[in-house]
Amino acid sequence: MSTFWIVLGGAFTGAVGPGISVLYATYGELITERAGRINLGTEGCMLMGACFGFIATVETGSATLGVLAAMLAGSMLSLIFAYLVIFRDTNQLATGFALTMFGAGVTAWAGRDYVDSLIGGLNPISIPLLSQIPLVGKALFRQDILVYLAYALGPLLWFGLYYTKWGLSLRAVGESVTVAFAAGRNPALIQVAAIAFGGALSGLGGAQLSLAFTHTWSEGMTVGRGFIAVGLVIFGMWSPVRAMAGAFLFGGAIGLQLQLQSVGAPVSPFILDMFPYVITLAVLALWSGAASRAMPEGLRTVLRGGT
Amino acid sequence: MEYRSTLQQAYGFAFNLTAPPVVRSLFAVAMAFVVFGLLLLAIGRDPVEAYTKMFQGTLGSKLGLSEVGVKMIPFVLTGLAAAIPARVGLINVGGEGQLYIGAWAATGVVLYLGVGQIWLMLPLMAAAGFLGGAAWGAIAVFLRNWRGVNEVITTLLSNYVAILLINVFVFGLWKNPDGFGYPYTADFGTEAILPALAGTRLHLGLVLPVIAVVASYLVLTRTTWGYNMRAVGGNPEAARRRGIPVGTYLVIAMMVGGGIAGLAGMSEVAGIQHHLRPGISNNLGFLGFLASWLAGHNPTGIVAASFLLAVIIVGGDVLQFSGNLPSAAMFILIGLVLFFVLGFRRLERATA
Repeated sequence: MSTFWIVLGGAFTGAVGPGISVLYATYGELITERAGRINLGTEGCMLMGACFGFIATVETGSATLGVLAAMLAGSMLSLIFAYLVIFRDTNQLATGFALTMFGAGVTAWAGRDYVDSLIGGLNPISIPLLSQIPLVGKALFRQDILVYLAYALGPLLWFGLYYTKWGLSLRAVGESVTVAFAAGRNPALIQVAAIAFGGALSGLGGAQLSLAFTHTWSEGMTVGRGFIAVGLVIFGMWSPVRAMAGAFLFGGAIGLQLQLQSVGAPVSPFILDMFPYVITLAVLALWSGAASRAMPEGLRTVLRGGT
Repeated sequence: MEYRSTLQQAYGFAFNLTAPPVVRSLFAVAMAFVVFGLLLLAIGRDPVEAYTKMFQGTLGSKLGLSEVGVKMIPFVLTGLAAAIPARVGLINVGGEGQLYIGAWAATGVVLYLGVGQIWLMLPLMAAAGFLGGAAWGAIAVFLRNWRGVNEVITTLLSNYVAILLINVFVFGLWKNPDGFGYPYTADFGTEAILPALAGTRLHLGLVLPVIAVVASYLVLTRTTWGYNMRAVGGNPEAARRRGIPVGTYLVIAMMVGGGIAGLAGMSEVAGIQHHLRPGISNNLGFLGFLASWLAGHNPTGIVAASFLLAVIIVGGDVLQFSGNLPSAAMFILIGLVLFFVLGFRRLERATA
């Protein structure tokens, strides 16, 4: 078998792991945006989750408590955003970006003494039978628990959004706050809940990164994954199931990069590092027309003009 | 009781928007410092000591003041890089990447077009830096105009690509063969270095933000272009119907913004680093973006906001050096400043 196929196969089988942290953040941002708010603080929420999830795991020795701490940290940070944009009517993009700065500062400081700490973290669990499927079995079904949860969450969120009363309220608020209010909903409450839930999911994504994927904490370790999530929500046209495809694509880009590096491709490793960003940009450029039509109306005033 | 009611009055004064914007912003900044101080107190640090050191180290000496000036150069430039596109309704979060590409282009001039005269070299480098940043910004605005991709995401993600692009060159083709394996380009000759004030790092690059602020103030407030930009930013559809070429305005505003950020990159390599290496910026472009929002995208306000951010950042370095706080803690203070200033600017947003 030629190197080409080995690399391509490796990219495919390696596509799941690296994409999961982004997938959680994408889910979180998707819920937030479905409620009509765009939170660029997702990056900061991921950092909060990665950092405090890691700290809690080191201190308690329990990865479960780590995951819970990560979700709490992510949602606490996003509540600052919720208060400012909903009750003080600040600009969402600037507030979200400031939130990311704030989160980066908090985590750089709080996590300083934990940079060299070691954890057991979350380790792969093989699912009997499924993990023995040739080619894809190992890639899909020998992963950590958060990966399986992420598989389940996509369809679950999709069902929640389209087939439950809560989902309907959420989408209604995202389309028009005034109409939702007139229909007897409480838009502010729904948006606060959506933002907090989104922050918790982003924090969970950060925890997946630090507890399961790398088993380490380092300052600024998300390197733009939260922003990529904002892009993947658009690519996924605000649908949780399509978002899974986006995260898989992103994971594939990282998988490809790792494979090419390991076979010693004669390219600068930094060019390979660009793949995830460039591929995200490329798919956005290709799918933007369709995405624009699917955008919740409430987002149009923020993202005026383009998608 | 007296104290409390005064405090409440002051709070209500600012909170209910009866005060003029400048007073309100100053009050908000003060609140951010108070909250950060309480935070320090909560984790057992002495806020009075920290703030004393911070202000003495920045405003209390000639050296400190010169360092504040050094940081203000890139903050003002990358602030304008966000403010000018904001006038036409574009959000440019790509100042960081545009700065890097500007630094890259200016370094390219030094490496490939070595002319001996400083009066020719520095303008050439500045021109290259401007063009580099403008071209990088152009990617985002062309993707928006032609493919309808929102520029927030494209400018954000292109930052990471730009940072990696610099690494490709300084770890590869441009690596200094005499650099003991460090990822630096060769040091610039004196003809490619912005001269500094004796005994400080404050360099001639200071003229760049001065020119840029005056020029953008004049263009934005005194010319038809500035008027049209406001029209495009206010209501693109109405502007289009009045015959203003909206697409062209978007492209030019974004490219000028990117170019100004590129100038910041040129000024950093020619004035501070004297060679290109990874991490030359370390969030300068992101902080400039926040400075622009603090100032409501107003060129003169950006100078004030950049001064504040520079005091905080340089003060953070002082505190890190004296072992009081890690410099990353300053991002918390900057975040708080943003939260309070934006929060006190309820419903009267300047643009965008």
